[in-house]
Amino acid sequence: MTATSNQTKIEVHNLSKRFGSVQAVSRVTFNVRSGELLGLLGPSGSGKTTVLRMLAGLESPTEGDIVVDGRRINDLSVQERNVGFVFQHYALFKHLSVHENVAFGLRIRKWNAEDIRGRVTELLALMSLQDLGGRYPHQLSGGQRQRVAIARALASRPKMLLLDEPFGAVDAKVRQELREWLIRLHHDLNVTSLFVTHDQEEAMEVSDRIIVFSKGRLEQVGTPAEIYEEPATEFVARFIGAMNILEAEVRAGVARIGPFEFPSPASRDGQKVRVGFRPYSVKVSEEPEHFRLQARLRHIYFLGVAYRLEIETADGFVLRSRMNKEEFSRRRFEIGSPVSFAITEFRMLPDAAERGSPPPVPLPPGSPLTP
Amino acid sequence: MTLHRLTAYALRSTAVSYVGLLIILPLAAIGHHSLTGGFAGFLKDLQQPQASSAILLTIEAALATTALNAVFGVLSAVVLVRYEFPGRWFLNAMVDLPFAVPTLVAGLMIAALYGPTGLIGAWLQAGGLGVLYERPGIVFAMLFVTMPFTIRALQPVLMELEQDQEEAAFTLGAGPWITFLKVTIPSVLPGLLTGIFLTFVRALGEFGAVVVVAGNIPMKTQVASVYVYGEIESYNPQGATSVSITILLISLLALLLLERLTRPPGERLPTILRRGLMMFPLSHRFMPTK
Repeated sequence: MTATSNQTKIEVHNLSKRFGSVQAVSRVTFNVRSGELLGLLGPSGSGKTTVLRMLAGLESPTEGDIVVDGRRINDLSVQERNVGFVFQHYALFKHLSVHENVAFGLRIRKWNAEDIRGRVTELLALMSLQDLGGRYPHQLSGGQRQRVAIARALASRPKMLLLDEPFGAVDAKVRQELREWLIRLHHDLNVTSLFVTHDQEEAMEVSDRIIVFSKGRLEQVGTPAEIYEEPATEFVARFIGAMNILEAEVRAGVARIGPFEFPSPASRDGQKVRVGFRPYSVKVSEEPEHFRLQARLRHIYFLGVAYRLEIETADGFVLRSRMNKEEFSRRRFEIGSPVSFAITEFRMLPDAAERGSPPPVPLPPGSPLTP
Repeated sequence: MTLHRLTAYALRSTAVSYVGLLIILPLAAIGHHSLTGGFAGFLKDLQQPQASSAILLTIEAALATTALNAVFGVLSAVVLVRYEFPGRWFLNAMVDLPFAVPTLVAGLMIAALYGPTGLIGAWLQAGGLGVLYERPGIVFAMLFVTMPFTIRALQPVLMELEQDQEEAAFTLGAGPWITFLKVTIPSVLPGLLTGIFLTFVRALGEFGAVVVVAGNIPMKTQVASVYVYGEIESYNPQGATSVSITILLISLLALLLLERLTRPPGERLPTILRRGLMMFPLSHRFMPTK
């Protein structure tokens, strides 16, 4: 595989799509760097698949431009675009063998028989499918089908590889294998790739960068770490990873709600703000006087690598805390018993209207929340 | 014997007797009857010029009907499934009409339209194409009564066909026509073959519509079923049975071939029964009442 032919840069400007009265995608702008593996993340109905289909030419945009390597491709038909598309349910041709599925696009593009044989053999070997060329799709496992679909999409050396929910249709164990497979494949081939997912964990693990969509709008673009650490909107904060969110009112530079007080010097008096903090910022002790705030332990969830504690204050606020195994095993928690807790780090969540998030605020010493 | 086993036994016996009495025994009876004059007599009956002409004509007309209905049936099914247009529901309902109309009435309808004084017939006549009492009339009659088969056999499989296979073909560079020929048609092939074969066997046996439209002119428009009727009327049951059994054997062969062609590997239930039953979700209420 030649490296240069796959190095495609994609620019999307103000892309919109309306289906009848439904605005599926609203004025979305982003760039894809050459050779990047980009995750389009969002709940179902957020417009991410529509964006992918517009890139492929399977839908035409209502407004906006798609520019690939400096050339506007809006008016190119799907056949002319030479993109590799992997469908959610693979869409293999059931009446054709694995070999013929992969060869399909090459026959259409009038490659000669020898080149086709060579290319198909090469791809099947790359996908560890070399012994399955004669099988038919219904004789394959879910993971094998998906690899056939990827091989077929890559056959004619597409400018970009687009994958729609590539791991959606297989069970959890195979999904994990396929993720690692995709990362390795992308590393080897370095073809500019976009994939759609509704699973934030999957997007974080696989992507170089993530675009988060909600209701047809682009919420944030960034590396997995940026999206996690600095969510640009409340939606992103809620969607990526677990977050405790409290709605508080500001008085004298402090956002207050129930027993909680969060310094918020930038806010006006009377302003309603949303305060967010990750479960790992909530420290819990079984000794009632260890931290200043008091609560009762409601539930303990075992997550494998860590524990999640659910605590409830006397006035009914329920918070989630995350604790690693070592610390958990040092302490003696009992469900229903009183605990003390503290919040070590929080952030003011931006309103839906404003973008850009202030950095997290470390708590000053002496604050009622600090240990 | 438990009640459950008794019930199962009773049900099975009923089904076997039902199919036996209505289909298998009459088949055996006519088979036996055709050979009362010995195999030589059977062959001699077929060598009657009128008989052989009727059989050949029937096969030719049925093949022409099958080809035309295959093409236009596929087209109609695709349009009815894939395109939204005003009046689609009405057109869809009309497809079953040939099942609901007595075939003699169907013949009258065709005669009224395509006869020399009919709306289209007069025009065709001017162009030199006679329909009434001519061979094209046979095909028109057969087309009418077999129209639902291809359409109704294809509609459900077309609806089931995931459109993403076609989209996958597009992304691989295939245009709409190539995609239709290389992806859509192969995917719906079992349904299409069922429709085509049922059209053929139904056309072979058509009587009512054909006799009204094309008449009973020996060596010209007399098809096998009309010939059989004539032989019965003229007290020659032997000749009638010989031609009947020939047509019957062709139909049987066609159905067995269809069964072979559409059976998925490992499938045990005869597909023809399954598909045959599946095909009449709406039309079982008004089966043809000749």
